Amino acid sequence: MSEMVIRVSHGTTEKMEEKTYKVPVGPGMVVLDAIHYIQSHFAPDLAVRWNCKAAKCGSCSAEVNGKPKLMCKSRMDAYDQNEELVVHPIKTFPRIKDLVTDVSWNYRVNKTITPFTPPKGNFGKMYQADMDRVQEFRKCIECFLCQSVCHVLRNHEKHEEFAGPRFFVRIASLEMHPLDEASRIKFLKEEGGLGYCNITKCCSEVCPEDIHITDNAIIPLKERVVDEYYDPVQKIFRIFSGK
Amino acid sequence: MANTVRALEERGLGATQRRDAWWLQPVAVAAGLGAFVIYSTWAALQGNNYEWGPYLSPFYSPLLGKDWWPFSPAFLILWAPAGFRATCYYYRKAYYRAFFADPPACAVGEIAEHRYCGETKFPFILQNMHRFFFYVALLLLVFLWHDAYKSFFFENGIGIGLGSLVLTANASLLSFYTLGCHSLRHFVGGKLDTFQVGGNCTMRHSCWKGVTRLNEHHMLWAWCSLVMVGFADFYVRMLASGIFTDLRLL
Ligand code: SF4
Ligand code: SF4
Ligand code: FES
Ligand code: FES
Repeated sequence: MSEMVIRVSHGTTEKMEEKTYKVPVGPGMVVLDAIHYIQSHFAPDLAVRWNCKAAKCGSCSAEVNGKPKLMCKSRMDAYDQNEELVVHPIKTFPRIKDLVTDVSWNYRVNKTITPFTPPKGNFGKMYQADMDRVQEFRKCIECFLCQSVCHVLRNHEKHEEFAGPRFFVRIASLEMHPLDEASRIKFLKEEGGLGYCNITKCCSEVCPEDIHITDNAIIPLKERVVDEYYDPVQKIFRIFSGK
Repeated sequence: MANTVRALEERGLGATQRRDAWWLQPVAVAAGLGAFVIYSTWAALQGNNYEWGPYLSPFYSPLLGKDWWPFSPAFLILWAPAGFRATCYYYRKAYYRAFFADPPACAVGEIAEHRYCGETKFPFILQNMHRFFFYVALLLLVFLWHDAYKSFFFENGIGIGLGSLVLTANASLLSFYTLGCHSLRHFVGGKLDTFQVGGNCTMRHSCWKGVTRLNEHHMLWAWCSLVMVGFADFYVRMLASGIFTDLRLL
């Protein structure tokens, strides 16, 4: 069995350090297995969050060799065995300890979004074509890798003014829902800070659920904001049609 | 087995823990876009050699202001495709990364401590005008198809020259690029919360799906059409200046 050297970031936001370990690599092993090996053999106090080990709970987000990844979905044999593997917690959120970060900011943002608002009483037929479009957004596992990589949060720290890609996905799923009657367009432009996104697509690159965040959620939402705020032709049309 | 202690701060341009060649893409994009901007500006400034036989360079199509415009006629046209591409959602990504390093690549540090407004303030708030450039681009497409059609009619009758194929390929690639535009995708169906409009679900949904199919490869069409439009001008220019002779296939 071959061995691989893994450098893991320990500590808290105030005091961090990297520690190096040698870990045997078996077939089919993922980075999370290596972290568990380190936990059971060298560092029993190493904090790591995980649940499903099946890329479905979104708990084990980390940065492996500088790239935001789910550790349970990152095969060890995908990395060069002769090089050190570096595992850090996701950036953008304050670290609690070792690989565990405090992502509660996301839950606070989530609460500011108007929830699904269907009409009262019975409603008509649902069409497959309509559901297919919003179904993609339902795949989100809230791993927050997109939030972590987004430069508006990661580099510019606009947590106060910007909801981030994960929540644009959620808003898209609501705005494009055939039964939803609320509008979140004003929220997107003002509190949600959609205009800060410069569609550089890092969120789409890291999403483990392969949600086309930019093409299918953010850009269509930007176009809806344009309809409402930046398109004089539509404005005139709205005045005359009374809509 | 802990043996190294290292604190790490990822700040400043290019700071990252990534080990792959993340800089390759922004460098390639900057080189590609830079080369095109230089060539097209030069070609537009020439103001000559844009016509040969039945061929017209796409930079000069439709040919306007020959009699009254004192500068190169290209400038009456080029603002439209330039604005269309500059505000295109794909090119925005490309040049924000390649020229503004905002960010240069994913999980890579930016120029430290700069003010960031994204697309909320002037000038980038103007990106919201993309759909208006799209309308003009659609109109230009009609002229480019007309040029492609005309390119088969030579002085001595109907035929096919290499230039006919180049101009047809140019119009086709520009169509794939333009008809995959995000604003069009929104317009034909994306803006609806249900595709079921006036009892007819299939029409809007089919249009939206068609645009979506092109849109999924928008980057590819953006580059292919960019290279082709540059080449089409180059080919006509070479013919007009007598450096190449047109290959007559039929
Ligand atoms: S596309 Fe927008 S939301 Fe996604 S990572 Fe880039 S700036 Fe952030
Ligand atoms: S959109 Fe993708 S990357 Fe973002 S939280 Fe959901 S699953 Fe994770
Ligand atoms: S442990 Fe659930 S996603 Fe990795
Ligand atoms: S989005 Fe690229 S042309 Fe409109």
